[in-house]
Amino acid sequence: MTSTLAPRKRSTVVRAGDRVFAGLSTGAGLLILLTLAGVAAFLTIEGIPGILANPDEVKSGQSFWPYVWPLVYGTLIAATVALILATPVAIGVALYISHYSPRRLGQSLGYLVDLLAAVPSVVYGLWGIQFLAPHMVPVYEWLDKHAGFIPFFAGPASATGRTIMTACIVLAVMILPIMTAICREIFLQTPRLHEEAALALGATRWEMARLAIFPYARSGIVSAAMLGLGRALGETLAVAMVLSVTAGTVTANLISSTNPSTIAANIALSFGEASGRTVNVLIASGLVLFVITFLVNFAARAVVDRRKDFSGAN
Amino acid sequence: MTNTLTPRSHGAGPVDVQHELYGAQLPSWAAKAVLGTAVVVAGILYLLGTNLVLASLVVFVLGLALPLWSLVVEGSRKATDRLVTTLVTSAFALAMFPLVSILWTVISKGTKVLSAEFFTYSMRNVVGEGGGIYQALVGTLLITGAAAVISVPIGIFAAIYLVEYADGNRLARWIRFLVDVMTGIPSIVAGLFAYALFVVFFGEGVRMGIGGSVALSVLMIPVLVRSTEEMLKLVPNELREAAYALGVPKWRTVAKVVLPTALAGIVTGITLAVARVIGETAPLLIIAGATDSVNFNLFEGRMATLPVFAYQSVRSPGVPPEFSIDRAWGAALTLLLIVMLLNLIARLVSYFFSPKGER
Amino acid sequence: MKRNHLRIAAPAAMLALALGLSACGAANESDGGNAASGDSVSGTLNGAGSTAQEAAVAAWKKEFQTANPDSTVNYDPVGSGGGREQFIAGGVAFAGSDAYLEDDEVTAAKEQCKSDVVEVPVYVSPIAVIFKLDGVDELNLSPKTIGAIFEGEITSWDDAAIKADNPDAKLPGTKITAVHRSDDSGTTKNFTDYLDKASEGGWTGGVVETWPVKGGEAAEGTSGVVAAVSGGNGTIGYADESQAGDLGRAKVKVGKDFTEPTPDAAAKVLDTAAPVDGRDATDIAVDVDRKTTEAGVYPIVLVSYQVACQTYGDKAKAELVKSWLTYVASEHGQAAAASSAGSAPLSGDFAGKVQAAIETIKAA
Repeated sequence: MTSTLAPRKRSTVVRAGDRVFAGLSTGAGLLILLTLAGVAAFLTIEGIPGILANPDEVKSGQSFWPYVWPLVYGTLIAATVALILATPVAIGVALYISHYSPRRLGQSLGYLVDLLAAVPSVVYGLWGIQFLAPHMVPVYEWLDKHAGFIPFFAGPASATGRTIMTACIVLAVMILPIMTAICREIFLQTPRLHEEAALALGATRWEMARLAIFPYARSGIVSAAMLGLGRALGETLAVAMVLSVTAGTVTANLISSTNPSTIAANIALSFGEASGRTVNVLIASGLVLFVITFLVNFAARAVVDRRKDFSGAN
Repeated sequence: MTNTLTPRSHGAGPVDVQHELYGAQLPSWAAKAVLGTAVVVAGILYLLGTNLVLASLVVFVLGLALPLWSLVVEGSRKATDRLVTTLVTSAFALAMFPLVSILWTVISKGTKVLSAEFFTYSMRNVVGEGGGIYQALVGTLLITGAAAVISVPIGIFAAIYLVEYADGNRLARWIRFLVDVMTGIPSIVAGLFAYALFVVFFGEGVRMGIGGSVALSVLMIPVLVRSTEEMLKLVPNELREAAYALGVPKWRTVAKVVLPTALAGIVTGITLAVARVIGETAPLLIIAGATDSVNFNLFEGRMATLPVFAYQSVRSPGVPPEFSIDRAWGAALTLLLIVMLLNLIARLVSYFFSPKGER
Repeated sequence: MKRNHLRIAAPAAMLALALGLSACGAANESDGGNAASGDSVSGTLNGAGSTAQEAAVAAWKKEFQTANPDSTVNYDPVGSGGGREQFIAGGVAFAGSDAYLEDDEVTAAKEQCKSDVVEVPVYVSPIAVIFKLDGVDELNLSPKTIGAIFEGEITSWDDAAIKADNPDAKLPGTKITAVHRSDDSGTTKNFTDYLDKASEGGWTGGVVETWPVKGGEAAEGTSGVVAAVSGGNGTIGYADESQAGDLGRAKVKVGKDFTEPTPDAAAKVLDTAAPVDGRDATDIAVDVDRKTTEAGVYPIVLVSYQVACQTYGDKAKAELVKSWLTYVASEHGQAAAASSAGSAPLSGDFAGKVQAAIETIKAA
């Protein structure tokens, strides 16, 4: 570009191309900051009147914090359970595809998993209602009868299976493809030499994975989990379709038909008929979700940063 | 690949020598036998009326016999290895179950409506049977395409900045952190943001395809940055140092050495990011709206998209509902086909353009 | 060598694909122009609002766009609240709403229109109380019983109150699972309005868009409620009659008889409805008489409006809005909605009143 005009100094090796490239890269980084600042500003400006709104100005008839607390609770439960369900499975599947399955099979399986990332939420929702929920009813009844002493399974079990547990499973299935795909790519990038060295030292396949693959892939796995969590926290339509919600519920019970809603699903369910201050309240709940994501990522980043010995560039 | 590396028992050799080298081993058919037994037992139980979930559980429990057997014969290290293999394989089977079931539902219900008319007709003036998804197909391709055009350069350059230029400075730490935060923006908030942004320029009630692209970009960029960054980080430093040692300027090193080495991963990342957003419904409903007619102009008027079309067809199917719901499945299947095609292109790109290395 | 060719070929191929795609319109869309006769209107008409009207709007659009090939009607089913808000903000030319405008909304809308507001009910749809109970196909329910069931007071199908309504039926002791809408909706608002007025204290939740009672089962959208009711046993819910499929529909007690939810029975509701006080002549907002005792009237209906300005700055736009609404409210339009969305056609006198209001739309 025009920066070829920049004067060259003999002593330094900074070249025009370098400047352009560095400029473009920095610019892209800054643009991301700007976008995020834009989103944050939008949420804050539109959300603050919602947080400050009087109970009688909004449809729920509650002031903001009592209104949003059950939603926060539901969001956290749903996302946490989904992540707990999905992470080990995603790592297992990725490991299977990258290191355990026969090469050719692994590729086509990876392909299959990639495809599923594109299935629209509506389809997951329909699958949840029509297939998963009815199949889960006997499981819930069994849990209610035999594990009812654990607060999570206190019951009474839902007759249609449209519980927060079902929603969590749907969410887990939804975030599985993207988590698996990222883990798989990272596992595949483990230096071949490390793996072979481990095997040559007599390590079994698992020991090789533990010694060579996991330390190398740690930060990537956390990234994958964060992406998955992001999607789980923000998923709207599938949760809205699957979950039977009751406003204001806070319960540890995972298998009844009285469930807390999630922030994102609540926005989707209420936004259409909202007007005036109620809209601000919904946007403010979006702001809360934003802050939650912020905090969760902060924690995750702190964990990853403590050990980054193996990554290539740093 | 591991097949060539794992030691194998050579049935023909003298028995004592083999033991000296490898220690006691399970026969090579052990894994297959255990799996086979487990599946057969569970199959019988299922036919006898056991719940599918319970039957799968039986397979898993019986599968655990293999590590136990191994513990007795081969010792604890091998047993752990077998246990993990069992777990990994079970995780895989567990994951495949819902995924295949969803895929099967979409394919079996979607193929019914696929026809030339379905792909070339729009929904303009169609009520009940017939019609097609051409308008939504065009809209999805244009909006997602534009989103990719916006996000891919930003995402890749930002990742380059993070890995190659920032040296872990404060700005980079912030960008990295905020990108993670961005992944958590609910899609509907991205839609509201895009709407608020466009209202500033075009006034109330604005609906245009490019707004959808902006909303999708907000969702797409973090995925791109994160995956590209991970891929760039995995490029061995030796390669960079070798390039510098030859006097190659930094930007050429990045463009000609680092990026090509990470290309396969980056392209997969792009495909994934596109796949992630192509099925988004909520933001497009707000900013891109919906229409029955074909619209090629991203900057003017409403645009239909496949996920919105599917959502609406399910939500208000009219009377009788079957035709509309069939079309929704058809639209979902079309989305899958598009992503399949994208994957194919991505694979071709990485096949032809990646440096031929050890993998 | 090969790689260099591909480097150029691949993007070129993609470009060609993109161009090829963008070059042609849909096979069923003509470029128009030729069919435009003297009195057909042209242009793009944008509306937004009620999701309940969506299926009906699709039918209207088809007929309207066929008669006026140069026109395109877009309708965003964003929800009634969203539709009203966008209309008041001037974002869309007309709004679809499951509730008539509130007084302050009328003021705001008049300000935006710089004229009166034309508000006409165009879509009347019976809301059926649907149920699924093995061994029971027909069910009679009085308003009070319905209220108590949805309130969670009556929890079993062999409850004395239900038996009293159905002396001849064999009712099992199955637990009742009452399914309601989890999203805010006009259907819920009309249903709770009915319960509030007619259930004689059986229902205490008030008139709301968001389900107020804890407990019971919630499902998203009409299709969600229908799916949830079909999926269980002993389930009961409320949904547009046309979408209820093969589920059982309860007959509801009106006066002394039990009335079935049919479009005809629903249409009669408008004749007994009272106009809202203090509205202009062009604002035909009505309060449905939920407590009617007249035989053959089904009082659980959703009345959905379309709202437009009386004057538009742009002559073409005024013509477009006017001919759209004229068609929608016409006998022809109402029949189209009835056949493809299962709504109740406007009848006789009332239809005349609606047409008269639409006639007043003009360019400023």
